[in-house]
Amino acid sequence: MNTTTREPETTTAESMRTLRRRLLAVDVRDFGILAAFVVLVITLSIASSNFLTTGNLSNILDQWAALGLLAIGETVCIIAGVFDLSVGAMVSVTAVVAAKMAIATSPTIGLIAGVLAGVGLGMVNGVVIHFTRINSFIGTLATSIVYSGVAIVITGGNIVTVDDTSFGTVGQNSVLGITDPGWIFIIFTLLAAGLMARTTFGRYVYAVGGNAEASRLSGIRVGAIRGSCFAISGLAAGLAGMLLASRTQSAQADLGTGLELTAIAAAVVGGTSIFGGDGAVWRGFLGVMLLAVIGNGFDLLNVSTTYQQMVYGLLILIAVAADQLLRRR
Amino acid sequence: MSTATATEQGTHRAPRPLLEVRNVSKHFGGVQAVIDASLSLAAGGVHGLAGENGAGKSTLGKIIAGALAPDRGELLVDGVPVRFRAPRDALAAGIAVITQEIALVPNATIEENVLLGIEPAAAGILRRRRLRQRFDELNERTGLGLAPGTTVKTLRVAAQQTVEVLRAIARGARLIVMDEPTAALTRDEAERLLEIIRRLAADGTSVLLISHYLEELLSVCDTITVMRDGRIVRTGQAGEETPQSLVKAMIGRDLALEYPPQTPAPARSPVVLEARGINRAPVVHDVSLSIRAGEIVGLAGLVGSGRTEVARALFGADRIDSGEILLDGAPVHIRGPRQAARHGIVMLPESRKEQGLVMLRPVRENLTLATLDRVANAGFVNRRRERARTDELVGEYDIRAPSGDSPVGTLSGGNQQKTLFAKWLVRTPRVLIADEPTRGVDVGAKRQIHELIGRLAQGGMAVLLISSELEEVLGLAHRVLVLRRGRIVAEYSSEEATMERVLASAFASEAAA
Repeated sequence: MNTTTREPETTTAESMRTLRRRLLAVDVRDFGILAAFVVLVITLSIASSNFLTTGNLSNILDQWAALGLLAIGETVCIIAGVFDLSVGAMVSVTAVVAAKMAIATSPTIGLIAGVLAGVGLGMVNGVVIHFTRINSFIGTLATSIVYSGVAIVITGGNIVTVDDTSFGTVGQNSVLGITDPGWIFIIFTLLAAGLMARTTFGRYVYAVGGNAEASRLSGIRVGAIRGSCFAISGLAAGLAGMLLASRTQSAQADLGTGLELTAIAAAVVGGTSIFGGDGAVWRGFLGVMLLAVIGNGFDLLNVSTTYQQMVYGLLILIAVAADQLLRRR
Repeated sequence: MSTATATEQGTHRAPRPLLEVRNVSKHFGGVQAVIDASLSLAAGGVHGLAGENGAGKSTLGKIIAGALAPDRGELLVDGVPVRFRAPRDALAAGIAVITQEIALVPNATIEENVLLGIEPAAAGILRRRRLRQRFDELNERTGLGLAPGTTVKTLRVAAQQTVEVLRAIARGARLIVMDEPTAALTRDEAERLLEIIRRLAADGTSVLLISHYLEELLSVCDTITVMRDGRIVRTGQAGEETPQSLVKAMIGRDLALEYPPQTPAPARSPVVLEARGINRAPVVHDVSLSIRAGEIVGLAGLVGSGRTEVARALFGADRIDSGEILLDGAPVHIRGPRQAARHGIVMLPESRKEQGLVMLRPVRENLTLATLDRVANAGFVNRRRERARTDELVGEYDIRAPSGDSPVGTLSGGNQQKTLFAKWLVRTPRVLIADEPTRGVDVGAKRQIHELIGRLAQGGMAVLLISSELEEVLGLAHRVLVLRRGRIVAEYSSEEATMERVLASAFASEAAA
């Protein structure tokens, strides 16, 4: 969490002191996951000459962009002390909305509508959780079922295909070797990281997740903060839905099914505490990248797909257990 | 209790102590929590353990109970060296522990809890009648008078502790370690627990009592050991100690237990906060009170009498059903803590851990949480200003923390409480509501907090003080209001307020119950 800060006005002596204090405050145990990631990257670089190529890395980023967006949204929610189990269903709804709107109006409007639908659904989650006071786990499980139903109603159970090829441009462009989905993921991550680390809003998210009652008694609007986190998660789902629909020029009602669990896994693998109030956006990013690189490694090293799933689960287990062992409780 | 047991004991009372602690040390990271501690506990007596927060008493208690393993040194039970790897091992050797944190199954009945894990059963099938029989035997032998079928979660903390005591006895505990058992109890509940402890001791069970309350230790213990900075300072007969002598040993210097000299109540200062007939079901009934600028008003009453609820209603933490709150004579509508703080009313809640602080966040973030806008520009936290503010507050309120970035949960109780004060006082509020401001705080920090409250009032703040320690209310308040069952039943000026009068008002008709 202790990212470096720019403090241009400080004198050298002062900034040296600050730096020293920062370095002393850094706890190596907080960076176990980073070490695991680095080790994995080095190992794969040695094991496969194809790993550390721009083509491969850009490919990883592109393929994992949608899930990455969800994991960042989920990380924000988990820090705020809530879970969003509806992101998978929201991806389906937003993709379907984007495709339908693209057909009815124009591809651009369709894509924008998909993203806005995501924000809207996220806000509905926030409102539902706040006013019913249902545990977020159950609450978003329920809304996710409703949202899945909505997606089925919209599509009538069919695949919605967009014929206008400009609908697919989002998935095809690339700048500086990184595809549009990759850029969207990176920019969203940076904005979320800034929001969480630098703003009063971010600070309130940590406080609410750490102790909701103390936050309320400190004058923080707990419901509004958590609601905003759901909206951010919805925005992430909207962007992810847009990317997935654009990639295949189509959408169907079960497009996002199951994605929420991988997104939560990624957030947790990164080291964000499921008890709330602790964690960071960069951790979510690293969690996704860890899963992505592991998957990529399987492919490069020709590990049979039969075993991938199993090894995946074990690695998640090991990563989280090691992280908890290393960190103070 | 009975003569039979006494003689029985007399016949096989060994000269050696029940438990011996020999040169035990324990450290956490770089902190030496216990250093070379030696102690011996006799069979059938109450042994007190006194010391400031962080003196190492709880750590020593946990080592004895098997919850922590010592780095060095050894434990001997009946003269035989033992090594506890888990509390289970200690229990097998006859040592049980009871802490503030109740470890009962809330949805099970008293008898089920008492005999949990040792239920009489045949081929895995519970024998209910036999269970009741066993429970009745235990209940009768100890004279605790517990109702077997009551669900534990419906009981008050005091009764739950009694259940824990019986559970320890049911497991054949010969030594019960009690860590701050009365901290969450009212005065009469505490007194009842002390009575149980006396009875246990008379019956041959040993009790190691760890407590902040010196009077309590003096009234019930045979022997008292004082710890300071991880070391045992001395062990002596309780009869030879006084609160003053204990405090002196605990802190290593003379520190009067007295309260700071009271400044006279402001005679004609204006009323800042007034409540008229506020109600909140089911606890608060028709409460009216007023606090003048510069005045400390104490709110006394038993736990459950509605003190905290009144405080929360005034702060807007709970909505009031009816009644009026006036600030400077004008009615104000307080919808929540946010509005209250804007009006200059702040509350330090009863429980730091549950309501006051975000324990795993740094001291810095806690200090600025309620006033984050003041160190932010357009929604962005200015870290330099925030750090400067933190350093300022840490200095001003003497918050002892390794750094502003340390999680506030790692600080001692006193420093956590100071953090809570600092967090709210940044606002320079007009009304300060302090609910249990010194609970679980060591003697030194307590004194600092008392002085702080005195200074704040002198500066013109209106203070509402709530405390379970009546001495504290009497020592600080200019005026004492007594609550009973959610109503204000008496009001005393500081001259009139005596322990007897306040207690009489607080108990009144309930004394018989």
